[in-house]
Amino acid sequence: MADRDKQPATVGSKTESDGCLILIYSGRLDCLTTGAIWRKTSHLLHRQPKRLVVDAAEVSYCDGSGIALFFSLRLRGLRNQFPVDIQNLRPEMVSLLERFQADTFDLRPPAPPPQTNVPTEVGHWAWHVWQDIFEQVAFIGELASWMFKTLIRPVGLRWNDFFLMVERTGANAIGIIALLGFLFGLILAFSGAISMQKFGVEVYVADLTAIALIRVLGPFLTAIIMAGRTGSSYAAELGTMKINNEIDALATMGLDPVRFLVLPRVLATTLVTPLLAVLANLSGLVGAAVVFLWMGFPLVTFTTHVQRVITIQILASGLVKAVVFGLLVGAVGCLRGLQTELGPSAVGISTTRAVVSGIVLIVVTEGIFSVIYYYLGI
Amino acid sequence: MVPHNLYSPSPSDTLIRVEHLTVGFDQEIVLQDISFEVQRGEVLVILGGSGCGKSTLLKNMIGLYQPRQGRILIDGDDIVRAQGLTRKAILRKIGVMFQSGALFGSMSLRENVRLALEEYTNLPRDAADLIVSMKLYQVGLHGYGSKMPAELSGGMQKRAAIARAMVMDPQILFLDEPSAGLDPITAGDLDELILSLSQNLAMTFVIVTHELPSVFAVADRVIMLDKHLKKIVATGNPWELRQNTDHPLVYQFFHRNEGISHKKRRTPVNPLPL
Repeated sequence: MADRDKQPATVGSKTESDGCLILIYSGRLDCLTTGAIWRKTSHLLHRQPKRLVVDAAEVSYCDGSGIALFFSLRLRGLRNQFPVDIQNLRPEMVSLLERFQADTFDLRPPAPPPQTNVPTEVGHWAWHVWQDIFEQVAFIGELASWMFKTLIRPVGLRWNDFFLMVERTGANAIGIIALLGFLFGLILAFSGAISMQKFGVEVYVADLTAIALIRVLGPFLTAIIMAGRTGSSYAAELGTMKINNEIDALATMGLDPVRFLVLPRVLATTLVTPLLAVLANLSGLVGAAVVFLWMGFPLVTFTTHVQRVITIQILASGLVKAVVFGLLVGAVGCLRGLQTELGPSAVGISTTRAVVSGIVLIVVTEGIFSVIYYYLGI
Repeated sequence: MVPHNLYSPSPSDTLIRVEHLTVGFDQEIVLQDISFEVQRGEVLVILGGSGCGKSTLLKNMIGLYQPRQGRILIDGDDIVRAQGLTRKAILRKIGVMFQSGALFGSMSLRENVRLALEEYTNLPRDAADLIVSMKLYQVGLHGYGSKMPAELSGGMQKRAAIARAMVMDPQILFLDEPSAGLDPITAGDLDELILSLSQNLAMTFVIVTHELPSVFAVADRVIMLDKHLKKIVATGNPWELRQNTDHPLVYQFFHRNEGISHKKRRTPVNPLPL
């Protein structure tokens, strides 16, 4: 590379008596040097000339940024109606500059987004909510239909996928469920014991913990963990498949995505959640027993109290809820995955929606069950 | 085709030197002990069958993969061993267009293309905007700046990726399958752009492609890789290779349609009588 190619970029100016401004450029105009020259040029052009002459004889190199500088002068001349004459530019650079025609180059900014107002926004929101409800109802109907068909003809279920999902959502979650269940029972028993000690009834910590865990908190805790762990995973998996056109591929092969992808996942979650809830209950009771022993009571007192308060009805009420929670978490995770739109953040949005919807559904269902059990006297 | 560019490069004006390069994954060797050079302003096309290691070689040359052995000198600096500021300085000399486009999906096309200008230069906002508009114009995407990548077709995304790769006018542009998925007219425009940048700005190109029309339009030199030998089996001007090769793979590559006789081609189906 010749030495003159390495010369720093400069710009000078000269004003003729007839109002013609001459800008003299020299050196290397590349993306690193053009910024300063661009600002100087803007400063030199703060007063509009009658005519502009650009002398580029000493410009040794000019990349896209330098070409953009000369082109911007042409655009400025066109916009402000003064002639611009670029002289002595090397032929290689002229050929780059001539690729752009100032008179046809559209520099208008993009159209601003349409103005919106509160009623419009509320209308959009209501429409989205209505669409979402419609899609959920349609999805529930389709899923129920496939479940019924599977009940009549179990061969239609993809059993390999089902067992894989049971392993992923159930067996692989044993550790976390056991740990959190244990800690939950420990905390619950400890908090209860501190308050009950004041009244001298700390022995009833066993009753309190057992009923709270088995009837409400065990299935609830399990369902929340499933929503965060399994629902999100379903949404991300199906969302990625949708973005990669895998769902479309299934549809074009005549295979129903609900039967092929959703059914094994939902059935697996429905089966596994009550089993995990039992594990959470047992771990929680172990945690509560540790606190009970720490308070100086023998283990046999704990087991006697638990056996006395836990009836089959209470056990069954917790497990029924767990089955429903599992169904909801699996279904909403798959639905949010299938609703994934385009774009890099779409899978993230679907995952978030799966977890949030899952937790909301769990809490609402818990409330409904509480009312039902109250009237049933359970 | 000898490039007539700004600097009139001499044969010794080597910009990229690959020396005794061996690349692979885990136990598998993909390319073994290959060496070649790329001159400043040259357009080098890497050819070869599917799975022969073209894209792997490209990713080694841009420093994404670590080779098993060998050196890759870019303007005298070894990108394989370069660290910190030296590596950053090397990376500023190159622009890369990936096979998938690899546009940032959360940014509009304009933001994608402007990113490097914002990070590396002190250009005023209006200057950067004009440069971005010009680059998008060059790849036929003028007026699409506010679109998000997801709103564009694959070919348009690819063209936007080329605009992003060349926004800083790097010394070397690495293009992985630039014409794949483009219509013939756009592919032709892209070839013309590559030639113009090579000849007028002495920009050096290393291109991986299967598109023979593009190869003949832009390549000063091709190197052909063989999957089984794991080596370069031919190098030279594509026109000369087409005429004078005795290597079966190279012959097959350049004469792929000539083996199909007219009799074997589909004859038009007569419409059924009504």
